[in-house]
Amino acid sequence: MVGFVLAVVIGVLGLAALLVDVLVDGLPFFSWDFISAYSSYEPSKAGILGPLGGTLWIAALTALFSIPIGVGTAIYLEEFASKSRLNRLIELNIANLAGVPSVIYGLLGLAMFVQFLFNGGRNVTAGALTMTLLVLPIVVIASQEAIKAVPASYRDAAYAMGANRWQVVKSVVLPQAMPGMMSGIILALSRAIGESAPILIISSLVVVTFVPTNPGSSFTVLPLQIFTWIGHQNPEFRGIAAAAIMVLLAVLLSMNGVAIWIRSKYQSRPEQ
Amino acid sequence: MAASNTMSTTTNLRPNQDLNDRVARRRRRQQTEQRAVSVLLFLAAMISIFTTVGVVVLLVSQSAGFFAEVSVWNFLTGTDWAPHLSPEKSGVLELVSGTLLVAVVAGIVSLTLGLGAAIFLSEYAPEKLRRILKPILEVLAGIPTVVYGYFALTFVTPIFQTLFGAEQVSIFNALSAGIVMGLMIMPMVSTLSEDAMVAVPRSLRDAAYALGATRFEVATKVVMPAALSGIVASFILAMSRAIGETMIVKIAAGAQPNLTLNPLESIQTMTAYVVQISGGEAAQGSFEYKTIFAVGLLLFVMTLGMNIIGRWVISRFRQKYE
Repeated sequence: MVGFVLAVVIGVLGLAALLVDVLVDGLPFFSWDFISAYSSYEPSKAGILGPLGGTLWIAALTALFSIPIGVGTAIYLEEFASKSRLNRLIELNIANLAGVPSVIYGLLGLAMFVQFLFNGGRNVTAGALTMTLLVLPIVVIASQEAIKAVPASYRDAAYAMGANRWQVVKSVVLPQAMPGMMSGIILALSRAIGESAPILIISSLVVVTFVPTNPGSSFTVLPLQIFTWIGHQNPEFRGIAAAAIMVLLAVLLSMNGVAIWIRSKYQSRPEQ
Repeated sequence: MAASNTMSTTTNLRPNQDLNDRVARRRRRQQTEQRAVSVLLFLAAMISIFTTVGVVVLLVSQSAGFFAEVSVWNFLTGTDWAPHLSPEKSGVLELVSGTLLVAVVAGIVSLTLGLGAAIFLSEYAPEKLRRILKPILEVLAGIPTVVYGYFALTFVTPIFQTLFGAEQVSIFNALSAGIVMGLMIMPMVSTLSEDAMVAVPRSLRDAAYALGATRFEVATKVVMPAALSGIVASFILAMSRAIGETMIVKIAAGAQPNLTLNPLESIQTMTAYVVQISGGEAAQGSFEYKTIFAVGLLLFVMTLGMNIIGRWVISRFRQKYE
């Protein structure tokens, strides 16, 4: 039994060590100026405003694209699709896409969005479209689970009152499945915010001293800025990287917290 | 009398006809709406198919130029990777071995920790403790990979350098990257193996307890063997995750193609190579640029194959007890 406990303890200690390591390195560099300043070649003046803006743009646009497509796919598979060969193929395909490495999505985004759609424009929309493809399986699978959890009797009651399929989905299934879908969507967006490999391929900018102003702006994101600072010749930038990690983790952990909170509230409801 | 009767019937009939018309029109509108919505939903679902087709077409078409100059055999069996020098030096084994070295370390770490945690959580821990520990461990899966890379480089590697000596341990090495990656994948292994162990029928456990087995014996001699295929599947899926992971290895494992079994040396993985070249070091259309699609194709085939096998094992296992 000691061995099994040890596994849990090592996991928890690993997490604690990571957080402490980041805090010890990053706290000396953390200040309000750090959040409100742009990146600089001088460590003492460097801030994260540019990448923070880019991350917000990516998160917002990814939500805009991935929620309708992902939820739509889930509704189609759960409520509209027959168990035909094509629909089984779609479902199998989504499961496989969930396991495709993120660099492959980066290559796809570079070819399809940057080079083909935007003619070489390495802009936030190209980044968000790539992230959409990356997180789509997560949104679809979470939404499917949420839809499956709606009791069949609710649907039957609505059908018995003469509602058609779309009316049942719109006014019975979706409101009921909403909390479950929301927690899945939040997790998908936090994945999009934390992911950097595809953005590294798509956006080749190293120093960004502006916040993107429109969907055609070039950009960098927080994780990519962290990556750049970790690899900087001047070792002082490691501390700056740690301070940026603190901000990134604060954003992501609170998003995860909200998702877990929604899920637990939702799960405990039938017992009330 | 008769006339007034007819009158009243017609006056009653008129609004009814109107109502019927309106109901019919509304029903038709609702049906059109439903039809339009179902077409839109179907199109949304097809985007995933287009994505897969896009990935395959892109990787195959873009690597065709590479395979016109280098045979598939030479690519897969060559042991020298320096395509920027000459197409003859396009043997991917150095990258594959680096990838597998990190993945095996990550696989061992995540399986040991994940399986141990799963057994503790499903067989030993009281419900209250389980409800606290599980979300804490799941935080590990939500931390971005750049952060793990930073942790490996600034925390784990210095520890190994103190333990084994700085000249033995390269600043960028496969061991630190693999261990940290194992920590990241641990919750996935733990959840998958816990699912497998929970699916083992109560009756098997009860039978063992009735024979006087201890909790430890039930866990290791009954539950684990019965859940073995699920555990194997979680290991395969974990390895596939590790093979496809990019930022940890890019930051902490190095950029040195290296055919070695020594995890303390600097290596380069397939993913790290792809981001290094696509990040702007090679001109588009050059031979070096084409190599990333060949490496990407191999990476895609490897991870897809492992995912398919992993899920196949899980579905077979589920059937066994249902």
